Amino acid sequence: MNRRLVLRLLALTVVMFGFGYALVPLYDTLCVAFGLNGKTRITDTQTAAADGVDEDRWITVQFTSHTATGLPWEFRPMMNSVRVHPGEVKDAVYFAKNNSSNPIFGRATYSVSPSIAAVHFNKTECFCFTNQLLEGHEAKEMPVRFVVGRDIPKDVKTITLSYSFFNAEQYLSEEDKNKLTASTKRNSAGEG
Amino acid sequence: MATVADDHHDHHDHHPTGLIRWITTTNHKDIGTLYLLFSFAMFLVGGAMAMVIRAELFQPGLQIVDPHFFNQMTTVHALVMVFGAVMPGMVGFANWMIPIMIGAPDMALPRLNNWSFWILPFAATLLLSSFLTAGGGPAAGWTLYAPLTIQGGMGVDLTIFAVHMLGISSVLGAINVIVTIFNMRAPGMDFMKMPLFVWTWLITAFLLIAVMPVFAGAVTMLLTDRHFGTAFFNPAGGGDPVLFQHIFWFFGHPEVYIMILPAFGIISAIIPTFSRKPLFGYTSMVLAVAGIAFLSFIVWAHHMFTVGMPLIGEVYFMYATMLIAVPTGVKVFNWVATMWRGSLTFETPMLFAIGVVVLFTIGGLSGLMLGITPADFQYHDTYFVVAHFHYVLFSGSVMAMMGGVYYWLPKWTGHMYDEKLGKLHFWLTTIFFNITFFPQHFLGLAGMPRRIPDYALQFTEFNVISSLGAFGLGVSQLLMAYIVYKCVKGGEKATDEVWDNPEGLEWTLPSPAPYHTFETPPVIK
Repeated sequence: MNRRLVLRLLALTVVMFGFGYALVPLYDTLCVAFGLNGKTRITDTQTAAADGVDEDRWITVQFTSHTATGLPWEFRPMMNSVRVHPGEVKDAVYFAKNNSSNPIFGRATYSVSPSIAAVHFNKTECFCFTNQLLEGHEAKEMPVRFVVGRDIPKDVKTITLSYSFFNAEQYLSEEDKNKLTASTKRNSAGEG
Repeated sequence: MATVADDHHDHHDHHPTGLIRWITTTNHKDIGTLYLLFSFAMFLVGGAMAMVIRAELFQPGLQIVDPHFFNQMTTVHALVMVFGAVMPGMVGFANWMIPIMIGAPDMALPRLNNWSFWILPFAATLLLSSFLTAGGGPAAGWTLYAPLTIQGGMGVDLTIFAVHMLGISSVLGAINVIVTIFNMRAPGMDFMKMPLFVWTWLITAFLLIAVMPVFAGAVTMLLTDRHFGTAFFNPAGGGDPVLFQHIFWFFGHPEVYIMILPAFGIISAIIPTFSRKPLFGYTSMVLAVAGIAFLSFIVWAHHMFTVGMPLIGEVYFMYATMLIAVPTGVKVFNWVATMWRGSLTFETPMLFAIGVVVLFTIGGLSGLMLGITPADFQYHDTYFVVAHFHYVLFSGSVMAMMGGVYYWLPKWTGHMYDEKLGKLHFWLTTIFFNITFFPQHFLGLAGMPRRIPDYALQFTEFNVISSLGAFGLGVSQLLMAYIVYKCVKGGEKATDEVWDNPEGLEWTLPSPAPYHTFETPPVIK
């Protein structure tokens, strides 16, 4: 009798340990679904701009930037803010420069405030979707393409888009790094 | 149960003596004593750290310790008090009293019980040895928030392992409590006849099993983030530090009820005895405890209103938090109703119980203030929070345990404690406690942040008062050590009932309670 109850309680303990881990994907899913924590919607341009432009409304989108400790990069938006209509496809550009002489992989995270605007803020292209490589002393312009959804609440007049760059070296395998290096080289060769 | 026939067979003399007795013991009373002694030792260790904190805050500016060490003191003070003093203390009461209260001969799993206890000294050693490592002990606050804990030195790793061990000990203890209560009750001891202390511990044990593994998971994620390349909480690898706060408080809020519910049980035992009336509203008390336990799972984010949740989340967590005041209010009113028109006397345990009812309610009300989202943005991470949780933890859990010790000490030792000194201990504790923590409400409202070794000059007076109170509070606790020591050594012989016609099976036993009790199950009417 004791044995069965003990085993059940031990099973409950294991389940709850697993539940702690299950909170991780659950949290990510909820964040994207409800725009918690300033997580934005990621779609393609067609979908995001499908409803046309609402030319009666203006929204100011502000840009901020932050570089985390351990990443010797200069990183800032090329413009402080831009005025857009809901539904309009717009580009913004950030400037990044590696101030050290070594190649460094960085990763950007983003956040939108007010948080109520986050689910209506569609990103179709962003340097934050992938890891970025900057060679020693390399400078690069990093584009973001976004559409503020037409369904954005009427009282939202200003949206702030914030980026933080982190040093991603420790989270990349050699294989990932080589792939990223190759694709970065190919892109810059194509542009040249 | 085979001993029903040979009741007088003397098999209680064969246990080893000295140190080996305590290391190998599987007796619930021995283990209960070990837990309580360990708890008191940790209480003094954590208290000494509090003295360092208050000494540094005696004056503005930096005088005694450097800021990093100060942060280690606030962090380890809290960890030691929560995991070393309060939780093991409550398990000590559970071990001593639950088998006696339900008429069982021992805990259901005595060997496991021994193991649950003996993990603790090693876990505590691991935690405290973090001070000896490069970079010192953990300094990120007891909440161990990432990303700060991803960055710390080896001390953080030792803390993580200590937390794992403490968690294993708690879960094993909880399993033992549940199995004991489910399977070992004397015939006739229905669930709704169990003393409220047993009920509170049953529910606490389920809370422990539900949330300690989640906390173990959270610190394991920290550990793998630190050393094995995962990125649960580090944004550089795609993680999210706010996630740690959610997981932590999913554990953390039930955790605070783990610390207070058994205290409610102790109070519910003491107040009827000295009111000479049965507990008012027993059924509603049980339901209130269950209600509080349920609500504890759905209010966690009120600890993190300022992380940037959407409005709907803030509003939900605010109202859910307010809801807790209802079952808690039921309990407070029932205690007061128990005393109403009772034939009251004010022996030391009763003084502590009344002190808990009054002071815990103050802490509950400041908790309501913190639960109001817009107000919390002002109070968050200030001394108002520090004042709040010391009112519920010290004058709730800790003072209830002190009351419990005085209440059952005559049963444990067979001697009456020194009533004069006991009352002195109560008054010193209560007065110094309020001198220490009441001014911290004002400090917090005026904006003094917590966990900072320095402060603006206008906060000086209240900090001086608070520090003086803290030194008094610290010294007063040595008196308790003396009173208990004196009571163990001798004193007026306690009667079997000890108090005036108290309720409960423990008072049907001789004082001191024999090494083996209820080998023949008692008859429950």
